[in-house]
This record gives sequence, C-alpha cells and structure tokens, in this order.
Amino acid sequence: MTTINKSGPRPGRGLTHLLVGAITLLIVIPVGWVLVASLKRKSEFFGSPWTLPEGLHLQNYVDAFGGAQMGRYFATSVLVTLLGLVFVLAVSVPAAYVVARYEFRGKGIVEVALLAGLFVNVNYIVVPIFLMLVDWDRALVDVFPDGFFLDNPAMLSLVYAATSIPFTIYLLTAYFRSIPGDFEEAALLDGASRFRIMTRVMLPMARPAVTTVILFNFLAYWNDFIIALTLLPGEGKTLQVGLLNLMAAQKAAADPGRLYAGMVIVIVPVLLLYALIQRRLIQGMAAGGVKG
Amino acid sequence: MTTTLTPPPRGASKRAPSRPPVSARGSAARGRPGDGRFVAACLLPALALFALFMIWPTVSVFRMSLYSWSGFSAQMRFVGLDNFTKLVDDEQFLRAFQNTVALLVVVTVVTMGMGLFLAAVMTRQKLRGHTLYRFVLYIPNVLSVVVIAAIFSAVYDQENGLLNGTLRLLSLDGLQQVWLGDQKLVLYSVAIAMLWQSLGYYMVIYMSSMASIPEELYEASALDGASAGRQFFAVTLPLIWQNLRTTLTFFILSAVNLSFVLVRAMTGGGPDGASEVLLSYMYKQAYTNSAYGYGMAIGVVIFAFSFLVSLLVSRATRREPLQF
Repeated sequence: MTTINKSGPRPGRGLTHLLVGAITLLIVIPVGWVLVASLKRKSEFFGSPWTLPEGLHLQNYVDAFGGAQMGRYFATSVLVTLLGLVFVLAVSVPAAYVVARYEFRGKGIVEVALLAGLFVNVNYIVVPIFLMLVDWDRALVDVFPDGFFLDNPAMLSLVYAATSIPFTIYLLTAYFRSIPGDFEEAALLDGASRFRIMTRVMLPMARPAVTTVILFNFLAYWNDFIIALTLLPGEGKTLQVGLLNLMAAQKAAADPGRLYAGMVIVIVPVLLLYALIQRRLIQGMAAGGVKG
Repeated sequence: MTTTLTPPPRGASKRAPSRPPVSARGSAARGRPGDGRFVAACLLPALALFALFMIWPTVSVFRMSLYSWSGFSAQMRFVGLDNFTKLVDDEQFLRAFQNTVALLVVVTVVTMGMGLFLAAVMTRQKLRGHTLYRFVLYIPNVLSVVVIAAIFSAVYDQENGLLNGTLRLLSLDGLQQVWLGDQKLVLYSVAIAMLWQSLGYYMVIYMSSMASIPEELYEASALDGASAGRQFFAVTLPLIWQNLRTTLTFFILSAVNLSFVLVRAMTGGGPDGASEVLLSYMYKQAYTNSAYGYGMAIGVVIFAFSFLVSLLVSRATRREPLQF
C-alpha cells in the first residue's frame, strides 16, 4: 500500500522534525537535570547548572531517606495507595456489574448521579470532608480521645476510593456491557449462583478494564497531595506531602541535594511503572478519555 | 434511592416478553427471584460511600456558603447571600478570578493548539521515532504535581536555577528574571508549567482520534492538490471536531484544578496574591483565615463558573457531526 506521505520527501519535514525534537528535549531536560543534580555535592550546586557531578554523592539519598524521613513516607504512600485500590475495586466491581446487567427501580437516578459525580473534582469538596471527619472525631472523643478519623491512613484510602467511584464504575460498566451475555447464560444453565457468575465468569473477562482502572487510580492516589495534606495533618505523611515539606525546608536551609534526591525517590517508581505499562495506559486513556 | 431497589416483577422484561428470562439478551440473570437482594448487596456499598464522601460534601459546600462560620465553634449564623455580596467587593477574590480566567484562556489555547499540531505531525508525517516522542511527551502526565512544582521551582530558581544559569552561561545576563518572585511574570511562569504538564496528554488523545480517520480521505484530497496545511483544516479538524469538544470541556474543568494544585505547591499564591487562583483563595479563606462560610461561597462560584464555561464552550462549538 502506498500512501501519499511516503511518495517523496515533503518540504518542511526536516523543520517539523526539529520542532518536535526540541519540544521533546524541553520535557526531558528538566527531568534529567533533577536526576543528575541528585548526585551532586552541596558545593557543586553553585555556578553553571550544566556541570556534571564529580562523583556519585549518594549521601543525598541517605539524607533524604533517613533525615527527611522519605523512607517512612514512602511506606505510608504504598499502604494508602494499595488500600485505596482494594477499597475501590471491592465496591465498584459489583456495582458496575449490576448497573451493566440488571434492571432495577431507580437505575436511571443512580446512573445520572454517578455521571454527575465525574464532574465533581475532589479538590472542590475536601473542606467539607475534612470538617465532617473533625465532627466525627469530636462525637467519638470518649471512645478515641486521640481521634480516629483524621490522621488515619485507612480513612485517607477510603476517601480516595469513594471519590474515584464515579470514574471507576463508568469505565467498568462500559466494559461489562461490551461482553456478550452468552457466557453468563451458559454459567446460569450450569447452575452457577449470581455471585459466582460475577466473580468467576465476568470478572476474569473484564481484566483489561480492571487493569486500566487500577492504573489510573494508582496514579491518582499516589500523586495526590491536597487530600493527603488535609486528612493527615500529623506526623504520618504521604510521600508527596513529605516532598512538599522538603521543598519548604530547602528554601530555609539551602541544602538542595537532599531535595533533589527526594524528588528522584518520588519520580522513579512512577516512571518505572509508566515504562512498563505505557502502551496499556495510552490505550486506556483513549478508551476512557475522561481522566484529566 | 435505597428503598427503590426492589426486584422487577417476574416477566416484566419489556424487550423480550415472550421469551424465558434465560434467553434475554445481555442479562442472563434477569428476573429471577432474589435479584433484588443481590442488586442491593452489590450496589449499596458503592452508593453509600459515594453519597457520604461526594454527594453530601457537595451539598455541604452550597449549604455552608449561606452561613457565617469560623470553623470549630458551634456558632453558625445564617447570613443568606451576604457572603456572595461581600465577594463582589473583595479585591483579592477578583484578582484570583482574573488570574483563573487568564490561565484558562492562555493555557487552553496554547496547549490545544500545540497538542493538535504535534498530533497531526506525528500521525500524518509518520515521523521516525514517533513512539519515542510520544513516550517522552506523556511523561509529565504521570508525574505528581508536587514533583512538577519542585522541578519548576528548581528551573526558575533565582540563583542556581536552570533557566537563569543557562542565560548567564550564554552571556545573556540581562534576560535573567526572578521568575516566581515578579508579580508581572509569575502567572506566565505558572502557565508554562501547566503547559509542560498537559501537552503530552492532549497530544496522545488527538493522536488516537486522528488515527481513526481513513487514509483515502487524505489521498483523495492530495490528488486534488491540497497541501498538508489545507488537509489539516479541511479534513482532520472537521473529522475530530466532536472529540475536540469533549476534550475542551474536560480541559477547562481540569485546568481550574491543575492551576490550583500547582500554585499551592509552587508559589502559594504569591508574591502578594499575584498568582492566586480561585481554588487556592478558597483554601486560604477556609484554612488560614477560618472563614469557612466565605470560603464555601467561593467554592459555589467555582462550581457555577466551571459549569457555565463548559456549557458555553459546548454551545459555541456545536456543529453538525460529520461521518466518515
């Protein structure tokens, strides 16, 4: 098959190549610069920003993990993210399945409400959520004198899960609807229960959609800092909030190495994951096309 | 909602009334006794969480905007629309509003323009290494906003930043700026960070919708002597118009939000409110100033504003959908 574009060199093609290359460099350079800078000694930060470090100054990482407690925050982030994913899948998969396959009264309202929920950004409603948790803590002050709902990583996970329910159900419902009903009919004839049909027949078939949902929610939970900042005001912070503190501390102390090392600690896991699953991420985005 | 989750009467399936329920298309289990309990068990946990942490807080934003309340005290005074009339005279609020609108307009136009251009170039000219370009350009979208804020704080740093350092190296000392400390510049600095973050995302979306346009249309128009530029406006743009409209709406909603998280992490609204946006001002009023009612009135304005803008944009860009 011959296409017009391959039928000869187009004028201006070199120019567009140059332009696209330049834009790509503008993305790469700042990220790469941070990676390099994380290995510099304190004295090497002054002068030209383009010099390479003389040696691998790994002390920055020791400082970041230990002194700045990024190691501990890392653990909190892992816990909160995993728990959030468990919560959101546990409630959204059954709900999406039922919405896709069953008729029930009030279904229209449920669908419209969930669709409207897609447009409500969490950052608009964090203040009322925070106040609500403060209220609950106050009501239970006799049982938990130190508070239970605020500064509780599990609670943060629950809020993450709850606020991503509309997106998750939206994506999963669409996928469940695209699966032919034959499999369920066959399973039904074999005498499988509704629950068994959902978990053993439909869930395995919906794996691509579930993977997509996990990816997007992972990124959303891992990268959030507004909700974490609000709901975990105490010592147990997430990685992003820890990095935010490191930024503030660096302004005062002028020790950039530790900050750059902290940034790398936050960047690398996400970058690795992205490199592994980029194809699926980009496909999923084209299919869902809603998560900003 | 909870009381309506009763099972439909047996055989009530309108689509296939004469068939047994087993053969009803796409729902093997429709109309069996006990369906109601199953539906409720599957649906209620999700709905309960959704109602508790999304519907109720959203309602609270609107309700609290009508009260004067300093937070943790029990005194909540109903003031009607007073909070909103106060907003009109609040210069800081008006400035935050202006900044939000400016960022929305500038960042939207530039990001979408560049995203469309890049996507068209990558899909039409089949540049060598375009998967690598796509891989790299999408990276900012997986980074957290805190990381992006930290990167740009380092790039913009007055003394040892990448930008000023490079300018010094090129003997362009005169062009050095206090990128985040200059009231006139700070908004542009934020806008560039926003563009950096979202360009790849929109490029990828447009690439996937452009990829579905049949090759024959381009071949036919090329035979008619259309240039690449003309093809873009006559073929590509009209055919991805619906997709463009959708992304525009989501772009506006997410830009309101992105501007806030970035400002919160990078400038804190400073210097002197020069980079304050609506959501960051709402936070300041709620948490720093403990004016919760007033803060929530700003929240209501944000809701109304983004809803109205989306609606207007959607109206203004309505065209007859084209098929191919």
